[in-house]
Amino acid sequence: MSWPALYTQLVGANRHSTSLGKVWLSVLFIFRVMVLVVAAESVWGDEQSDFTCNTLQPGCENVCYDQFFPVSHIRLWCLQLLFVSTPTLLVAMYVAFRNHRDKKRLLQEVELETLKRRRLPIAGALWWTYACSLVFRLLFEGGFMYALYVVYDGFHMPRLVQCDQWPCPNLVDCFISRPTEKTIFTVFMATASSICMVLNMAELAYIIAKAVTR
Amino acid sequence: TPLAPPAEPDLESKMNWGSFYAVISGVNRHSTGIGRVWLSVIFIFRILVLVVAAESVWGDEKSGFTCNTQQPGCNSVCYDQFFPISHIRLWALQLILVSTPALLVAMHVAHRRHIDKKLMKRAGRSSPKELEQIKNQKFQIIGALWWTYMISIIFRIIFEVAFLYIFYSIYPDFKMFRLVKCDSYPCPNTVDCFVSRPTEKTIFTVFMLAVSGVCVLLNVAEVLYLIGRACKRCLGGSEDESKGAWISQRLSSHRQNEINQLIADHSLKSKFTVTKKSPTEKGERCSAF
Repeated sequence: MSWPALYTQLVGANRHSTSLGKVWLSVLFIFRVMVLVVAAESVWGDEQSDFTCNTLQPGCENVCYDQFFPVSHIRLWCLQLLFVSTPTLLVAMYVAFRNHRDKKRLLQEVELETLKRRRLPIAGALWWTYACSLVFRLLFEGGFMYALYVVYDGFHMPRLVQCDQWPCPNLVDCFISRPTEKTIFTVFMATASSICMVLNMAELAYIIAKAVTR
Repeated sequence: TPLAPPAEPDLESKMNWGSFYAVISGVNRHSTGIGRVWLSVIFIFRILVLVVAAESVWGDEKSGFTCNTQQPGCNSVCYDQFFPISHIRLWALQLILVSTPALLVAMHVAHRRHIDKKLMKRAGRSSPKELEQIKNQKFQIIGALWWTYMISIIFRIIFEVAFLYIFYSIYPDFKMFRLVKCDSYPCPNTVDCFVSRPTEKTIFTVFMLAVSGVCVLLNVAEVLYLIGRACKRCLGGSEDESKGAWISQRLSSHRQNEINQLIADHSLKSKFTVTKKSPTEKGERCSAF
């Protein structure tokens, strides 16, 4: 199971979304998943091996790394992308449920394949499912961005951190590898995340407006 | 320390560039000839070179960067000072941003196909074969699609030039130095730091920048070609009704086909009402596509 497999799943569920939903999916996969896999993973690749402290005390580097990096940025972003993609599967599950229910009602008259191929309008229970999925997407995006901000005290990565955990003797300087490049990518991913949130809010406003006018 | 990047992440990144290329080349059917050449240049001389060659040259950029000191942390700090962002990451971001405007065209084409489907359903011709025909239809670059295409090329040029400028401002010289002198804390005094593989990096930097320049030239040529074609159409034929919106051409061609069908079937029922033009006048004009 890898990113392309997730993409196939989401594209299938995307047939029933609005145009904004399709734009959101492209932004998600091109500016977030692609950038994560192609660029960000190599920047964070040596984060622990190149974390050096100004001491020969064994164990000090491990302990200090663990204190300042409880969860790596890369893992947080992977989790964020997975959680944010999942509400779309809610919509896919509901559509599959509807197709099976309609097939039972219409019995032999219509093939399941023809039912699968039709595109349902976003009305009734599908509208509520879709709106719930949008709200969950927004919650997950906001939640993960806030978690990143809180764990790392902002989006800036310092060059130097000072650590005095046992077994480090007194206060030692520890140096983080590639801090500037990490800051650039953190800001990039945060920007892409905000763009996705704006797209989701616009889509929610659009379907609410469409429902109200109906 | 291993000098080559491990196999698994390499395969992942190749897979992702491959699927990215598949998405971008889907737009190829609706591009001009120069657009297709540009896409091949992007894929062969930039993406492939990046993945197959350049990534291994820059693979050991941090581990091979050594400073003449035993002070812990001096290596990290000096590396960060002289290489705020690696060339490889800059090129990857440049390729992603430069290729994305093509998706604008893809979205516009999808929108047109959607409208076409709706019109065909209204005309009562919604058999699976006809719908397949719409999917495979090639659209001419006229009207609103022309503007979308132009805007996408202009964005490509803007992104390309912006990244070249960013590159120039971070690394003012295209040549990679063998030796840099660094005196940030915690390095004691000024230390000599040595960059790994400077000549190979210089060669690849010059190559990637040259191909970038070629791509900018191709985009400018495409812009001029499209403008030239549009001018020729404007001055040349009133037959094409180049000023008319695509949608009204579509509607009138559907009416034309309906009338032909009615005449052929001798049927009295009609789904469209013929409003403005008389049948003989429409019969003389050829259908829009």
